[in-house]
Amino acid sequence: MINLETPKKFRPLVSQANQVATEVFRPISRKYDVAEHEYPKELDMLASLIDGMNEGSDIGGAGAAGVRREDGDGDGKNRNGSNLSTVLGIIELCWGDVGLLLSMPRQGLGNSAIASVATAEQLEQYGGKWAAMAITEPEAGSDSASIRTTAELDGDEYVLNGEKIYVTSGERADLVVVWATLDRSKGRAAIKSFIVERSNPGMKLDRLEHKLGIRASDTAAFILEDCRVPKEALLGSPEVDVKQGFGGAMQTFDNTRPLVAAMAVGVARASLDETRMRLAEAGVEVDYSKPALSQHAAAARFLEMEADYEASHLLTLQAAWMADNGKPNSLQASMAKAKAGRTCVDVSLGCVELCGSLGYGENDLLEKWARDAKILDIFEGTQQIQLLIVARQLLGKTSAELK
Amino acid sequence: MNATDKGMAERGMGFGLRALNRLAGSDLLDRIRMRKQVERALFQTTKQGFRSATNANRTFKAATKLGRPARQPHARTTGQFDITPDDEQQMLQEAVGAFASEKVRPAALAADAACAAPTELLAQADELGVTILGVPEELGGVMPERSAITSVLVGEALAHGDMGIAFAALAPAAVATAISLWGDEEQEATYLPAFTSEDVPAAALALLEPRPLFDPLQLDTKARKDGDDWVLTGVKSLVPRAADCELFVVAAEAQDIGPALFIIESSTAGLSVESEPAMGLRAGATGRLLLEDVRVPAGALMSDGKREAYVECVERARIAWCSLAVGTAQAVLDYVIPYVNERTAFGEPISNRQAVAFAVSDIGIESDGMRLATYRAASRADHGEDFAREAAIARKLCADKGMQIGSDGVQLLGGHGFIKEHPVERWYRDLRAAGVMEGALLV
Repeated sequence: MINLETPKKFRPLVSQANQVATEVFRPISRKYDVAEHEYPKELDMLASLIDGMNEGSDIGGAGAAGVRREDGDGDGKNRNGSNLSTVLGIIELCWGDVGLLLSMPRQGLGNSAIASVATAEQLEQYGGKWAAMAITEPEAGSDSASIRTTAELDGDEYVLNGEKIYVTSGERADLVVVWATLDRSKGRAAIKSFIVERSNPGMKLDRLEHKLGIRASDTAAFILEDCRVPKEALLGSPEVDVKQGFGGAMQTFDNTRPLVAAMAVGVARASLDETRMRLAEAGVEVDYSKPALSQHAAAARFLEMEADYEASHLLTLQAAWMADNGKPNSLQASMAKAKAGRTCVDVSLGCVELCGSLGYGENDLLEKWARDAKILDIFEGTQQIQLLIVARQLLGKTSAELK
Repeated sequence: MNATDKGMAERGMGFGLRALNRLAGSDLLDRIRMRKQVERALFQTTKQGFRSATNANRTFKAATKLGRPARQPHARTTGQFDITPDDEQQMLQEAVGAFASEKVRPAALAADAACAAPTELLAQADELGVTILGVPEELGGVMPERSAITSVLVGEALAHGDMGIAFAALAPAAVATAISLWGDEEQEATYLPAFTSEDVPAAALALLEPRPLFDPLQLDTKARKDGDDWVLTGVKSLVPRAADCELFVVAAEAQDIGPALFIIESSTAGLSVESEPAMGLRAGATGRLLLEDVRVPAGALMSDGKREAYVECVERARIAWCSLAVGTAQAVLDYVIPYVNERTAFGEPISNRQAVAFAVSDIGIESDGMRLATYRAASRADHGEDFAREAAIARKLCADKGMQIGSDGVQLLGGHGFIKEHPVERWYRDLRAAGVMEGALLV
C-alpha cells in the first residue's frame, strides 16, 4: 500500500533526534562556526549516549550502523529498515547542525565504509573507533579513479605514499580509511581502501582548511610518506579484478549518497522552518488552498522552495527505502543527491534573501545554513557527477561514451 | 433563445468572425502550407456554431434510495513507508497502461487536430472502469475503499498515452466521484446509476472561470436564493466535452453560504455552451458553459454548501491534474531517450554530450519528484489525513517542473520537436495545463 509518511515505528527515533538537534546542536551551532578548528567537546557525551542507544536503536550520524544492503529474499513483504531510519535520523540532526553531525565521534564516513565492507575480523579490531575517509587528492577530486596515492606490498605490509586532502574529521578521528592504488596502470580496479591508524608516524597532518561552511567539522590534509600498514588493513578483496571495477570502494559511495541527500534535506528544512516563522511575524503566511500567484510574492516564493524541498525529501526516502528492500537504487540514490544538493543551496540562499538583514546577519543562523549548504552539493559526488550517473543509467551509456 | 441570448450569441459570433478574418487574411498560412489544416480544424471546432444549446440529457430519476448517503470508507494504513502499488492497483495500472499505449497514443494526433476524443475510445475507457473508481460498492462501484491513489495511478497511466484524451475520458469520473463524496442519498440515487451503467454520460465538474489569477475560492459565478430554488449566473471556462455533457457539477458562490457545488442537468433552461479550444488538452473538446438565470431546485446544492467539502474538491482536483502531468512527463522522458541516443551530430549520438544528457537527467529527477509528491498527497487523502499542503506542493511541482519538462522535450528534438510529426510539441502545449486547470478532474 502506497504511503509516504514517516513510518510509525521510527517516529520515536525521529523525535529523539529532533531533541538532540534542538537541545544539543542548535545552542552551540554559532559557537563552533566562529571557533573553527576547536573541538566541540559537548559532542563527547552525546556520542557516548548514542553508542549506548546504538545497541537497540539506529539513531546516529553518517555511518554508525553502516549501510549494508538488505538482501531481498523475494517474500514480497515491505521493509522499513536501517537505511530509512538512518536517513530519517540524519535529516533531524542536520536540521540542528550539519557541521556538528559531521563532527560526531565515531560517526565518520570511514565508519560507514568499515561497517559496510569490513570482514568480521576487521570489525572486531576496528569497531568502536572513529574513522575518517581520505579519497580526494590535490589533482583528483570527482575523478577518484585517477588518484595517485600508491600502495605497495612489502612482505606483510602495504607501504602507502601520496597526499590526501579534504579529510573530514581527519584530525580528530582514530582511524583514516585511505584510498590508494595497487597499480596505476590498471585504473579503477586497482584502487583499494586501507585502514590507517591516526597515530601512524607515516601519515602526517599537513594542515586544517579554513572553509565557507561546516566550520565545526575539521577538514584535514595529510602527507603519506612510506606509511606502513599491516596487510590485514586492506578493506575488501586484495584482488585486482578489472571486471569488478571499483568494487568495494565505490560500493560505499553508492550507499552513502542518500545519507548526504538527507543532510541536505535537513539543512533545507531548517532554513524553511525559520523563514516560515519570520515571514509569519511579518504578516505573510502561505495559504495552501489559494493559488500561489494570488498570494504575497514572498508566500509564492516560499511555496516554490517548499515544493523543491518536498521532492528532495521524498526522493531521499525513496532511495533509502529501496536499499532496505534490496532493490537496486543507484539511479534513485544519485537522483536524490542531485535534487537535494541543489535544492538545499537554492532554498537556504532564498531564505536569506526573504529574511533580509535578519537572514544575512550573524544574529540568526540562516546565513550559516546558506554557507553550510554549498558543500552538500559538492562532496560525495558533485551535482555534475550525479547528473552524469543519472544520465548514464537513463540513457544506457558507459562512462567512455558519456564523459 | 431569448433576446439577450441572441444578442450575446451574435456578439460572440462577431468576435469569432473577426479573429477568423484576421487569420484568413494572413498569408502566413499559405507560406507554411497550413491553410488546409487550419480550415479543417476551424470547421471541426465551430461546426456547431460558436454557441449552442447544451446537450439534451437522459432522464435522471432517483432509483432505490438508501436511508443515508453511501460513502467509501477511508483506507487503513499499515504505518509503513511503501511506494509499491498493491496487486489490484498493479493490475489496473497494467490494463490502463496497455490501453494507453495501444489505443490512446495512436489516436492522440488526430484527436488533438479534431478537438475531440474518439467516441469508441471513451467507451473503452469506461469499460475499463475508470469512471466508477470513486463510487461506493453498494451503489455499483468497484473499490471497497477510497482510493485517490488508484485514481492517480490510472490518470498517470492514461496520460502516458495522451493527456487530452485522458482529460476527456476522466471527466465523467470527476462528476461520479464528486457525487459519491459529497452527494446526499437523493443525489446519489438519482445520478450514480447512469455512471455505473454501460452507457456512461458525458459529464463535467466545472470550477474554472475565464479571468486572470483565478482563485476557485472566489467565484464570479453566483447562485442566489429565490424561494426554495437557486438561480445561477456566470461563465465556466475550459469545461471538458462541454457540448456533449448531460450533467454538470458547477461551482458557484452561493448566497449567504460561500463557494459551493451544484448539480445541474444539461437540459436546464438558461444553460448554453460555446466552444473554447485551448493551447492544449484539445481532445478534451473544451468549451465555455454559460449560465444565465439557471434555476435549479434546493436539492441541487451539494453537501449543504459545506465549505470543507468544496475546498476538498478543489484540492482533490489539483491532485488529479498532477497525475496527468506525471504521466505526460514520463511520456516525454520515454520519448526523448531513444531520440537523443539515435540522433547523431558531429559524428556521434547527441546524448554523448553533457548538455543533452544532463537535460535528460533533469527530466528524470524532476518527474520522479513530481510523482512522489503526487502519491504522497493522494495517500494522505486516502488515509483521512489533511492534505492541503501536499496537494498545493504537488501542484506547484507539476506546474513548474512539468512545464520545464515539456519545454525541454521540444528542445531536445530541436526543429523536429516543433513539428507535429513528433508528439513533444503536443506535450509542451498539454503540460502548461497543470498550473492552469482547476476542477474538471477528481481523485
